[in-house]
Order: sequence, then C-alpha cells, then structure tokens
Amino acid sequence: MNNKPLKHPMPAKLTIEAGRTEKQYWQDLWRYRELFYFLSWRDILVRYKQTTIGIAWALIRPFLTMVVFTIVFGNLAKLPSGGIPYPILVFAAMLPWQFFANSLSECSNSLISNSNLISKVYFPRLIVPASAAIVSFVDFMISGMIMLGLMAWYNFVPDWRILTLPLFIAIAFAAAMGAGLWMAALNVEYRDFRYIVPFIVQFGLYISPVGFTSNIVPEQWRLLYSLNPMVGVIDGFRWAILGGSTEIYMPGFLLSLSLVVLVFITGIWYFRKMERTFADVI
Amino acid sequence: MPETVIQVKNLGKKYILSHQDNRGTKTLRETITNSAKSLSHKLIKPSGKSAFNSNREEFWALKDVSFEIEQGECIGVIGRNGAGKSTLLKILSRITEPTKGQVSIQGRIASLLEVGTGFHPELSGRENIYLNGAILGMSKVEIKRKFDEIVAFAEIDKFLDTPVKRYSSGMYVRLAFAVAAHLEPEILIVDEVLAVGDSAFQKKCLGKMGDVATKEGRTVLFVSHSMQAIAQLTHRCILLSQGNVQFDGRTDKAVHLYLNSDKPPEEAAYYQAPPEKTGNHVAWMRVHTSDEGGVHFWGEPIVFEFALTIVQPHESLWFSFQVINELDQSVCIFWFDKSNAPFYRQSGTFILRCEIPKFRLYMGSYTLRTWFSQRRGSTLLENLRNVCSFEVSMYKREREEYEWERDECVYLEDAVWQVVESD
Repeated sequence: MNNKPLKHPMPAKLTIEAGRTEKQYWQDLWRYRELFYFLSWRDILVRYKQTTIGIAWALIRPFLTMVVFTIVFGNLAKLPSGGIPYPILVFAAMLPWQFFANSLSECSNSLISNSNLISKVYFPRLIVPASAAIVSFVDFMISGMIMLGLMAWYNFVPDWRILTLPLFIAIAFAAAMGAGLWMAALNVEYRDFRYIVPFIVQFGLYISPVGFTSNIVPEQWRLLYSLNPMVGVIDGFRWAILGGSTEIYMPGFLLSLSLVVLVFITGIWYFRKMERTFADVI
Repeated sequence: MPETVIQVKNLGKKYILSHQDNRGTKTLRETITNSAKSLSHKLIKPSGKSAFNSNREEFWALKDVSFEIEQGECIGVIGRNGAGKSTLLKILSRITEPTKGQVSIQGRIASLLEVGTGFHPELSGRENIYLNGAILGMSKVEIKRKFDEIVAFAEIDKFLDTPVKRYSSGMYVRLAFAVAAHLEPEILIVDEVLAVGDSAFQKKCLGKMGDVATKEGRTVLFVSHSMQAIAQLTHRCILLSQGNVQFDGRTDKAVHLYLNSDKPPEEAAYYQAPPEKTGNHVAWMRVHTSDEGGVHFWGEPIVFEFALTIVQPHESLWFSFQVINELDQSVCIFWFDKSNAPFYRQSGTFILRCEIPKFRLYMGSYTLRTWFSQRRGSTLLENLRNVCSFEVSMYKREREEYEWERDECVYLEDAVWQVVESD
C-alpha cells in the first residue's frame, strides 16, 4: 500500500456529546451528498431489476389509472371538465398525486428498510427519506412523458402558465417530504404507521380532486376542502398545465400552501428530534 | 510527536429497559394507554413521584469511561458480551449519542461494525463496490481510483457483473472486506469482522489490518473476542467490564486479565466428572499451571493430575492424555507407563501425577484429551475431549527485539548458540 503521508489535512475537531450542535448536522448533510446520490441510484437501479419490461412499469401504472378514472368519472358519472379533454384533466392531477402518494409510502418505509445501515453506519439520517423521495421524483418525471403524449394526442397547447409548474412541483415535493418525514420518524418507534400510511394513500385518492375538478365542490365547503394540502397542489398543477379557463381558488390555495409549509417544517423538526434515538429503537 | 486523536471523558450511555415489552419498538396503543395511565395516576396522587414506571429500568451500558488514544496507535477493546464494547464503538462512530460525557475526535473516522453493510443482493459486484464505498464514507473519485485494487484483493474479477445474491458466501465476504480494507480514514474502528471467511482469508485480513496500523500510520480501534487476533494486532488494550474500564494497558496483561475474569478460578484448568458416571472413569483432573487461573508461563514446570475411579481393576488398564492446541491438533501425548500400579488389582480412587519439569509449548490456549482404555479386548472406557483448558503465556520471557507473535512456532526449545570464526 502507499506509504505517502495522508493527504487530507486534519479536519476540525469533532466533539460528540449528548445533544450535539445543529450546525454540525447541516455541514454533514453537505459532506454526505454523494451518499444521497448513491442511495437514490441504488433504489432506482434495484427497482426494475429482474423485470422484463423494466422502466415501462413507471408508465403503465399511471396510464391505466388515468384510463379507469376517465371512464368512471368522465364517461359514466359525466362530471364536468370545463371543455378540457378528460384524460388531460385527470392526468394533470394524477401526476402530483402519484408523486405524493409514492414518496409518502417510500419515505415512511425508508428508515425501516434501511435499518441495517442505520444501526451500523453514521450519516445524517435525513438522507434516507430524502433519497426515497427523489426516487419517486424520477417516476414523476417519467410519467410526465405520458402527459406530453396526451397533449400531443389531443393537440392541447399549454400557455405561459406552464412555466410556473416548477413552483408547484416544489410545493408537491414539500408536502410529500413533510408528511413523509413525520411518517418515517413515527414508523421507527410505532410500527402502526406501516398500516396507517397505505390507508392514507388509498383514502386520499378519493378525497383529493384527482378524478374530478375541485370546482364541483360547493362554494361554502371549498375552504374546508382545502384543509387537504393536496387540494392546493393539484389545483395548482391544473392551473399551470391546463391554462385557459381554469381558475385557482385563492383563499383555499393559500390555506393549502400554509399547511404544506407547516407540515414540512414540523416534519423536519420532529425528524431531527427523533433522529438521535433511531439507532437505539429501530 | 504523537498527537491525541481520540479523547473520551466520562462517557456514559443509558438505555431504558422496558420489561413489559421486549421487542424494543412500542406500538401506538401502548404509548397511549401508558400516558393515559400515568395521567390518571397524577390526577389521583398529584404529589407522589411516578411509581408507575416500575416496569421500566435504567441500564447503563457504559459509565464513566475515559481514555485517550494517540495517533498511529492500534488499540484492542476486549470484554465479555454485554461489557459495553459495541456501545462504545457505536458512540465513537456516531451511530448513537452518549447520555453523558464527551468525546473529541481529530480526524476522519470510519467504522466497520459489520462487513457488507448496505450490500444490496440485486446489484452486481461492481455496483455494490460503489454503493458500499459511499456508505463507508469514500468519495466517488476515491472509489474509482481504488477500484482495481479492491477487485484484485477480493479475487472476484470474473464475477464483477453478477448480482451478489448469486455469489458464494466466501466471495461475498471477500468483496465486502476488500471494500472496507481500502478505506483511508485517519481513524478506523473495526468490530469482530475477522470472524468470517476461511482461515486463509482471515489471515489475509489480519495482515491487511496490521498494514493499515503499522505501515500507514493510522489509528485503529479493534474489537474482537479472538485473543489471538488481539494479541497479534495490538500492543495496548482496553478491557471493559460491565460498562467500566477495568484495565487499560499492555495487551498481554489485558488478555491475561480477561481470560482470568472469564472463568472463576476454581473452574480453570479443572475437570470434574458428572455424578452419574459409573464404571472405571476419570473422577477429576487438574492442570497445575504456574500462575493462577489456568495461565502458565512458558518454561515453568507444570503438573497434570488425574484421579481415576476404579470399580473393576484390570491389569491391562491403560491411561494416556494429549495436549490439544486451538487448531484441534494434538501437540504431545503422555501415557502412564508404570508396570505395576495398585489399580491393576485393586479398586478405589487413585491419583496419577504427571510432572513436566520444563513445559515448552508455545503461547496459546490448550485443552486436554484423555484416553482411558483396557488394552486386552481393546475397549475404550472413556475418551474426554476439550477439557481442562489452560493458557500458555510468554509473559515472563521477554524478547526485546520483536514482540512474540502467535503462530510463530508450536514449541520453543532451549538453544545454545555459538559463533566460530571459519578459517
């Protein structure tokens, strides 16, 4: 082996004691950014190993769900779409919803499924749920291609509002991460949440405006309806993608937005608080 | 000038043991009912301290542990199961937080608490090298640079693109260790990883660990139950016992203390037959080692004693014993060679003493194997294995130029050297 002197300069002294400082943590998060990348890379790689059609699964699932929703809500229930092709209406909501649902389930299970890492190696634990969310984000980008395909099929041209889409993606991300962090941290200690999360996801699909527009909710209930943070996110997506006649219900959107911010911040806070004991209880 | 790289001050770690629930994780229902109970308890008896927590118990896995480690030192950490070794390593590698006390660390630290942490069975060997490297704290550039070396060390180049789930367990372990061995931290923490693989590979690992410490000048903290590995790699040992530092100093002394503390003194180097034994048998045996606790210093006289209970005297009774080393090889054999002994004709209990004036077996752990038979009719009456274990130490026979190392030889002969000038 090489006998040359260590090329790393002696790093600053590290002090370990009960309740270590916050500053050190965020520095570590930066230092471990490559691990973050590798964990996401692993999950993406592993996801479609030993499947014959591989990545096509990421396209088939949302596509079929969209078809079913279009038939049930658009053709059978004949819900109004405001002149927009129903598949596009559904898919504009399906994108953020699937992203939210997937990352929520992946995040909440991420710590448990990586428990061998957590009990054997140190790294800022925030990396684990964050990389799980990134994996769902990749799926989101792939299903975005279906959106493009649908738009081409129906000759649907979005207007300038599509440029604001990254903002809404960021909100969706914050909502997913915030809820995911809560669930992940709670799941470590209380395995009950393993059963609660699929329930939330299943339930949420029906109480969020995925198969229909939130316009069909009576005016007096809309603010209450916006207590579901995904209502704001989905309305935002529709507003940005569909353009034209879609309007955004401002008070409701702001309420959803502030709830997302609240969930995101408390999610990080709670996760950080519980993180110290993860290795002991997992 | 050696610099202190790890400084541990009054370190303590407390765990809460909950007797009600051994699974470690709580369920929501329990938490809710418990807090409801304690709330009602407070309402009923607001002044009393919560007596409710009787099913919870504090357990200090470590208490008041303090030590310092200098750069380039290779330190062994030994102790029985539950002495706090793993907890100490977990705190040092920042996996868990201490309850009190402080640790200051100077330098990049990498811990190897288990080989193959984070290996994913579905990924190929190549992919796992990158993943595992990243988990252990290597950067991508670093892994790339070392990639060929790792593959060569693991000897898996043909299977680089096969998923590791199809690897044999030997290949798996080799690959895992190879990645870990090529880490370049200033401080390396290793736990028990050498307990895997075949003996040739273990040797290779030990050699590699030794290189890391001596040639590359890194600081190594090494935990093991294998006293052989500890003695080979380290000069200084920290002996933990019930969460405290029992001893901190020279390895041979620490190993000696550890082996002694491991078994009560009367148990060491002693065998007692179970009471249900019948017929001609060995009632008990004892090895009189030069030091207490079954530790014998090389070159000192040693006495083996065997008490034979004879129910059926016979003139062709035959007794011999072998000294067996750690590799289960017989190193020497001794047999009772008196032509007339009372137990050929008489029943009772007789003690056979076998004294070796200078016991020259090299350091290591040994056990006895006894053969008690009746030559005529070739019946084996009793064959005891793995009994009376004792330890030979080179403690009193210092060799200044080189430290004694395990496996240098099997026995050490007295030698007279001469130098004669040739014409």
